[in-house]
Amino acid sequence: MTDTHTIQLTLKPGQHDGDGQRVTEAAARHLGLATGRVRSAALYTVRYPLSEPQLHDFATRCLADPVLHDVRLNELTGAEGYATYILVARRPGVTDDEGTSAQNALADILNEPLDVHTQHIFSKKLYLLEHDLPETDLRRIAEELLGNKLINWLEVGRVADGIRDYTPRPGGGAEAITEVVSLTGLSDAELVQLSKANIYALNLEEMRAVRDYFAAPETQAERQAANLPADPTDCELEIIAQTWSEHCKHKEFSALINYKDLETGEEKQVDSLFKTYIKDATAEVDRQLRANGNDWLVKVFSDNAGAVRINADSLFVWKVETHNSPSAIDPYGGAITGILGNNRDPLATGIGGARLLFNTNVLCFGNPEFDGQLLTGQLHPRRILEGVRKGIEDGGNKSGVPTVNGAIVFDDRYAGKPLVYCGTGAVMPMQFAGKDSWEKNIDAGDRIIMAGGRVGKDGIHGATFSSIELDETAPATAVQIGSPITQKLAMDFLLLAARRGLLKCSTDNGAGGLSSSVGELAGISGGAVVELEKVPLKYPGLRPWEIFVSESQERFTLVVEPGKMAEITALGQEMEVELTDIGHFTSDGFLDVRFDGAPVARLNMHFLHEGVPRKILAAEWAKPAAAEPEIPAATDYTETLMQLLGSLNICSRESVIRQYDHEVKGRTIVKPLMGATGQAPQDAAVVRFNFESWEGVAVSNGIIPRYGDLDAYDMSAGSFDEAVRQIIAVGGKLPNLTPGDGIFWSVNDNFCVPDSVYDATSNPDGKQKLAKLVRMCEALRDATAAYCIPLTSGKDSMKNDFKAGGVKISVPPTVLYSMTAKMEDVRRAITSDFKQADDVVYLLGETHDELGGSEFYALHGQLGANVPKVDFARAKELYILIGEANDQQIIQSCHDLSDGGLAVALAETTFGYGYGAEIDLPAAGLPLMQQLFSESHSRFVATVAPEDVVAFESILEGRATRLGRVTANGELTVRYAGQTVLAAHTAALRAAWTNGPVNKLLGVASQESLNHSNSL
Amino acid sequence: MAQDAAQGAHKVQSEAQTGAAHASGTVRALILTGFGINCEEEFAAAYRLAGAEATIVHLNQVLHGQVSIHDFDILNFPGGFSFGDDLGSGVVLANKLRYRQTSTDGRTLLDDIRQFIAAGKFVLGICNGFQVLVKLGLLPNLGGNVVPEVTLTHNASGRYEDRWVTLRVNPASRTPFLTGIDRLEVPVRHGEGRLVIPDAATRAAIEAAGLNCLSYIDANGAGTSEYPLNPNGADLNCAGLTDPTGQVFGLMPHPEAFLSAYNHPDWARRRRLNPDASEEGAGLQIFKNIVAHIAQKNTSTAPAGQLANQH
Repeated sequence: MTDTHTIQLTLKPGQHDGDGQRVTEAAARHLGLATGRVRSAALYTVRYPLSEPQLHDFATRCLADPVLHDVRLNELTGAEGYATYILVARRPGVTDDEGTSAQNALADILNEPLDVHTQHIFSKKLYLLEHDLPETDLRRIAEELLGNKLINWLEVGRVADGIRDYTPRPGGGAEAITEVVSLTGLSDAELVQLSKANIYALNLEEMRAVRDYFAAPETQAERQAANLPADPTDCELEIIAQTWSEHCKHKEFSALINYKDLETGEEKQVDSLFKTYIKDATAEVDRQLRANGNDWLVKVFSDNAGAVRINADSLFVWKVETHNSPSAIDPYGGAITGILGNNRDPLATGIGGARLLFNTNVLCFGNPEFDGQLLTGQLHPRRILEGVRKGIEDGGNKSGVPTVNGAIVFDDRYAGKPLVYCGTGAVMPMQFAGKDSWEKNIDAGDRIIMAGGRVGKDGIHGATFSSIELDETAPATAVQIGSPITQKLAMDFLLLAARRGLLKCSTDNGAGGLSSSVGELAGISGGAVVELEKVPLKYPGLRPWEIFVSESQERFTLVVEPGKMAEITALGQEMEVELTDIGHFTSDGFLDVRFDGAPVARLNMHFLHEGVPRKILAAEWAKPAAAEPEIPAATDYTETLMQLLGSLNICSRESVIRQYDHEVKGRTIVKPLMGATGQAPQDAAVVRFNFESWEGVAVSNGIIPRYGDLDAYDMSAGSFDEAVRQIIAVGGKLPNLTPGDGIFWSVNDNFCVPDSVYDATSNPDGKQKLAKLVRMCEALRDATAAYCIPLTSGKDSMKNDFKAGGVKISVPPTVLYSMTAKMEDVRRAITSDFKQADDVVYLLGETHDELGGSEFYALHGQLGANVPKVDFARAKELYILIGEANDQQIIQSCHDLSDGGLAVALAETTFGYGYGAEIDLPAAGLPLMQQLFSESHSRFVATVAPEDVVAFESILEGRATRLGRVTANGELTVRYAGQTVLAAHTAALRAAWTNGPVNKLLGVASQESLNHSNSL
Repeated sequence: MAQDAAQGAHKVQSEAQTGAAHASGTVRALILTGFGINCEEEFAAAYRLAGAEATIVHLNQVLHGQVSIHDFDILNFPGGFSFGDDLGSGVVLANKLRYRQTSTDGRTLLDDIRQFIAAGKFVLGICNGFQVLVKLGLLPNLGGNVVPEVTLTHNASGRYEDRWVTLRVNPASRTPFLTGIDRLEVPVRHGEGRLVIPDAATRAAIEAAGLNCLSYIDANGAGTSEYPLNPNGADLNCAGLTDPTGQVFGLMPHPEAFLSAYNHPDWARRRRLNPDASEEGAGLQIFKNIVAHIAQKNTSTAPAGQLANQH
């Protein structure tokens, strides 16, 4: 029996090596390197005592597929004809699900209990390359295609020199040491330096507040009594830093802002963006809803996710978050933890145990075809796109949660920090075992239980790290890798535990780890005692403060009454979810953290949650100078339409969409792509809640950052309207139109802006950026009031800048409105594509001279000036009329107009089946260019059966313009003033759209020549 | 830990009523879950809509002896990512069924499943569940000794995909699951669905017995290897297999995701064309078939419970 073994699996001769082939293709395509043939092998290093026969049985029966693999034991050798190699291992402590699975299999074949929480098996990949490439080229392939230096250990070299192996040995280092950090007598500069050196991300004023708290006589007396040192411990400063981080505390959204409009000279003071424009606006909406008998707004802003009532039995829970900074440095890990972390929010709302219904995601990237020089530490946009896409695939698919829709926005300003928005909808019963499910109640004496994964050094400082701008020195520990299978087990457990009444409440461990989750829950009871030595670790060597703030994934903090401990512990054992009792709640007003009985931290809860000094910020608005370009009118716009359909921001995302499971659970009624072709893009997803009723929810996303270059108010208003009209397009109805109609809307706002705090040297245009944010918020308030649509939760991400080598890449101010609305009967949903020849085609709403910021102008390299504006009152009238037409079921198809205007929308409506259309644009009114490509808001292309035309026009009155009819011949023809100005076969239009840059870059590269037979 | 899907998505879950008396003729479907399986709810809904009683149980309840598969008529392995599929789809779960001893006499769950099949009962695996049955050797099981004879591995495209395909039923297949079905539209949602048959003899034996019961077809109804009509490049263009008895059936696509007509991507146009068409999804027929078959068998022979107890 020896303790360390290596198992190598290679494909049998003749078996197709897809992995190897993809390395060859990607190296040639993205790096211009010729690798020759590449052969892949799976490696497992087993650190567990096994006899030779045991090792052989394990390798051949559990790991190898008898049809596909040859097995080699305890040898690491190359193969004939391969000159070089790349070995991809993981760094110490990095999640290794494959190793964990192998360990499970080993326990089964040995029929021995194996501690599955200690890593005994380490999985790796070995690639053999035919060509004798120099080490620098091998490193490029390794680092740019196969692994990420921050999480992978990469070995490269010549096979002839011997293949170097690497197996991580986590652990070692310091243990239960708590250090004291003296703040007494530090100068301002020293305080700032201390904050920066420790990634506290606290400014001078905040550091002073911390110093003053510790220096206060009452604090000193309390500390002496509790046997704590006079100066703060490392853990205490870390807790304050996490709790006060921009990420957790939203200090800038709570700041006092002095706003000045440089044009009008108007000055005003905004007393907290959050309070003024979000919380108060929603309170006003709620007042109007309740006055009309619509009392479905159950929980807003005060929990992990917002909750609205579906019906007497159940709640809909909705949360959208961002995970930008982690995705910039490790796109796969950042995105998968984004999805899984966001899933935990609805899962742990109220008591916890909601059933996840769907995911949605919106992504903003730099141009994936960028071919310039990258900054130090900056990843290529293509790599970020591919990594994030894969993270969403694994995060959603492996959790069994359908990804029902989303969007991808490209703009070079996202090349430093991408934006990764993850949204999750869930359904929760109104009651669990007789208790209101949405309430979080905690009493002194309740136990604190950590459930799910273990704690390692991964993700330390995530909350504070995301609260500062990103530079080339990003800490490796801020990277986390998600384990969807670990979370799936915890999720299954939580569902049952809640339904059995074993949970008092729960929360997730996200940013700030236990420090945040326990710290927040302790606010309910009034205190907590945590015994850190009980927290199960992935490996030894963590200091107490690291244990407390680590953001290791897949963890929940549960609140359990002492009398229910035995039952919940047994359920955890049965479902193989680790539960650990790490302390209890108190009501003495202190967060008290200990390690083996020794004090580690003891902080006044009031100071911790309310002690952060308020920021005072300055904002200055000046309308950007802009002018309309002179673009000569053309007589034929067919080629222009083709170009638009193939442009980066309009082209098909099918290659991305199809790699997400959008229909697991069997409830998705309107999917991202529909129609007989499966290629008709839809405006909003529609998902039914269960198999017993036809009630469901429509889901949409509004995001149009490029309009912000002209006016941030109009950009925000337009984004809000875009999300509303997408839901109207699929057959949704505005809320509160009739008393007690119960049609809920639940909206999350997510602001992602560049650093907007003015600094004369580091951020000279900070005031302008902040003014944009103020205007975005003003538009949000106006929109919620106009439509009577409430916000239920949201998030702001304030430092989306990437800095390296003296260059700063800042995102454009961006806001995403993620909307959900109840559909009373999903069978009444409307899809975007034409349904039948001879149906009459209408334009609903009005077109204005609004090409500013349009895709049409972008095609000509112009921005323009006339940004589309929303007329909320007119829009609302139209949406109500469309709802009336839908009540009579006379709209056959409906597609909202957005990027590319009417021309692109018309083309897209032909993609489902191949029907064409004959369109006549009105000769009066706007010029042709504006009619075709203006992106005016609140418009739709809709079709109506000939027999319903009279009824339809009598409902819509002047708001519908008859454009023409659907044809069976597959030609899209547009005439204007007697001339044909656009004519193309719909197959050609669809080809231009599907062969756009996204599918080209991420599509199936080449048909592989496998031996197929046609037997049936 | 059992979850009764009939209670609906938002109702309190109830315990499995193992051993409880049941009205004669009630067909009982056992649906396994846990460890990353994630299609159990729609699987249960399918059986319920087909008139059977569906019971969802965590695999550990079966492994630990709290639930006996012999109290049921159909054993079901739903789709998902069991144990994350990290070692190859279905591998770790198959391994657990084959090796994990469930009692002191060294018995495994696979021993129980073999007994279950010998008693004339049925096993269905979809997607990840199909992968489990193949890795276990329950499919195609030409030799009858339950060793892996074929495999399912990475799609030729190298990627996971969700897309709708059209299948044709092999007329030579005699499995009751597919009675009366000629063609079927269903979604595939997998990354490892390419059937690999290692040699010509195995291929010939599968074809001769008609075990390749479902194949991917083109617009003309012919079996096709062309992507994306054939989404994974499977040998024999094969989407599903049965064992020689027809009692064990597995397929990569998801009929349980097509229980309602409104699941189809082209439902809106089709309903315009044919407003009075059934609101039922075509995937439901497979479940109705097997439930009807068992119900008929149960009324014409001894109750299933007694059969199982003879072993």
